Amino acid sequence: MNLKREEIAEKLAAVGYVADHDIATALWLMDFLKRPLLLEGEAGVGKTEVGKALAAVHDTELIRLQCYEGLDQNAALYEWNYQRQLLAIKTREGVGENAETIEEHIFSEKYLLERPLLAAIRRNKPPVLLIDEVDRADEEFEAFLLELLSDFQVSIPELGTIKAVSIPRVVLTSNGTRELSDALRRRCLYHYVDFPEVDREAKIILTRTPGIETALALQIARMVAEVRKEDLRKMPGVAETLDWAATLAGLEIHDLRQEPETIYETMICLLKTHEDRSRLSREVSERLLSRVA
Amino acid sequence: MPASVRSRASGNPAQGPRVRGDERVESLGAGRRLAGFARTLRDNGFRVGLAETGDALAVLTSPAAAHPATLMPALRALFCATHSDWERFDEIFDAFWCGEGMRQRQILGGHSQASTLSAKKLAEAHVPEEARGLLDRIERRTEGDADVESEGRGRREGASSAERLSATDLRHIVDPAEIAATHALAARLARSMRARLVRREQVRRRGRRLDLRRTIHRNVSHGGTLIELAWRRRKIKPLRLVVLLDASGSMNLYTAFFVRFVHGVVDAFREAEAFVFHTRLAHVSPSLRDRDVTRAVEKLALMAQGIGGGTRIGDSLATFNRWHARRVINSRTAIMIVSDGYDTGAPGQLAEEMRRLRRRCRKIVWLNPLIGWRDYSPQARGMQAALPYVDLFAPAHNLESLAALEPYLAKI
Repeated sequence: MNLKREEIAEKLAAVGYVADHDIATALWLMDFLKRPLLLEGEAGVGKTEVGKALAAVHDTELIRLQCYEGLDQNAALYEWNYQRQLLAIKTREGVGENAETIEEHIFSEKYLLERPLLAAIRRNKPPVLLIDEVDRADEEFEAFLLELLSDFQVSIPELGTIKAVSIPRVVLTSNGTRELSDALRRRCLYHYVDFPEVDREAKIILTRTPGIETALALQIARMVAEVRKEDLRKMPGVAETLDWAATLAGLEIHDLRQEPETIYETMICLLKTHEDRSRLSREVSERLLSRVA
Repeated sequence: MPASVRSRASGNPAQGPRVRGDERVESLGAGRRLAGFARTLRDNGFRVGLAETGDALAVLTSPAAAHPATLMPALRALFCATHSDWERFDEIFDAFWCGEGMRQRQILGGHSQASTLSAKKLAEAHVPEEARGLLDRIERRTEGDADVESEGRGRREGASSAERLSATDLRHIVDPAEIAATHALAARLARSMRARLVRREQVRRRGRRLDLRRTIHRNVSHGGTLIELAWRRRKIKPLRLVVLLDASGSMNLYTAFFVRFVHGVVDAFREAEAFVFHTRLAHVSPSLRDRDVTRAVEKLALMAQGIGGGTRIGDSLATFNRWHARRVINSRTAIMIVSDGYDTGAPGQLAEEMRRLRRRCRKIVWLNPLIGWRDYSPQARGMQAALPYVDLFAPAHNLESLAALEPYLAKI
């Protein structure tokens, strides 16, 4: 059942995802055109969250496949349960069954271990399949993925072809560490996730950090936006902002101007490399603070 | 392409009645407009196929088309495939659709989101002409900041310029037979470099582990008795090479030679990227992947022209570090900088960027053609600033000196 765009936007808000303007359209389009959605953007802008929110919107299961270099079909698709198979062989040999019956038995569904991709096409209710950081996987895997995404069927040599029971909603994320193939890009809808604007980030802080004051949330969001303008090696993501907000709330700070020293010290939540830390010296952070407050 | 798209478009009136009353997009000709839009996108380097156009037509007849505010993001999600597409889409969309649909809203010369059409464009807002005009405008923009934008797209621009200026300086510097000989030598050298690297990896990775899972699987047919063993070995990956070629005026004499060398390298290495810099940095690997040697080299020579002026090595490296490094550099990457080190920028900046680069990659090799000169010592300020971060500083004034590098590169 397809939801209308407005319904998706409402539901996103209801599940606590503070959506940017266009993501609801992209999510609606996914359903409308039955295409996967490719999300790109800097690390930490909340790409994975979109997948989670989508699962919540459709009230369905989220199946996540984290990609890494060397990810192969065994880890992504299916695997036989070798230990059980060996046991079965031994016990059945003892009973005196013939080899063919044993083989037929041990290569049945009972001994098949589902991995994320297979699991995603065998659910009755279409789940959300989140393929995280697809750029980390090898090119061979990407080609295989492409095949799966167009056919939605898997052939297992010992068992035959397994067709999709339902077509999952597929969200792929990429950090751009490797150029993805044109074929994969063309197969997918594309959405570029940017760092949230100040207002939106303040809203995110408010929804995710219980008991924080609105004024402080806004100040934090402004400060983080200023920090992102600096030339940093690792830009602080939304998760870092939330950490920082929680820290400040925990320290019972109500105004960023209140204790510049504490603010400077807690900025380790935002700056994760030595280089960035030294770049944002006390003076710089005070200058930024004065701009924010 | 156009024939098939147009047939879709002309078939559109049949779809017309499905579009309900008050829609902004008129039913008649919507398909044709869409085909025009797809063509405009294609002209701007978007990869738009029939499937996308078909899907876009479906979107156009869906409720999303009722509001331009939702139509734009929907088409953007559909037509874009990369970040640079994403960034340019708004402008192209506004220029194409709002240009004709909302003629009363004119913002001249502005860069706002609403509409950036010039009066001239509005005057010729008829589809094909408009598409052309837009193409011009946007192409010019792309050329303006080619460092960032032209990535992966340089191919088309290069091709057309190659036709325009097919007789380049190159021809006068080196005669054709010599060109062919140099290229063959460079390619052979690059290939042998790569072969050595691979072999070396294999020898080093002799320690193998038992792959238990696979062993058990393989021996299921023996009733679980382990007869055949499966081994696990680390995957052998060849070295990745990134070449940064200085094409400034001071390097003039050597550019032609190194263009050939770089082409040989990109041809032979599967994972090689090439950049050319003078005052700006340009990503040239896409143009170099042309199998036609002469054409590829001509394209690159053209990009390497336009120059003559000073070199800003620091700036160019900064661009590289900022925009390209993350994608093209990994822990197996060797950087090869070919430059004489005459930098018109601040040496401090060069040193800083070299330091950053050094931390990301495996080795930095700096080839300096001037070393071949008698009595040369690296006095240039830029060279002085960069030297501490260079793993190998070597002469490169002729092929012999390059060949001498081979043992070292094999060890990287």
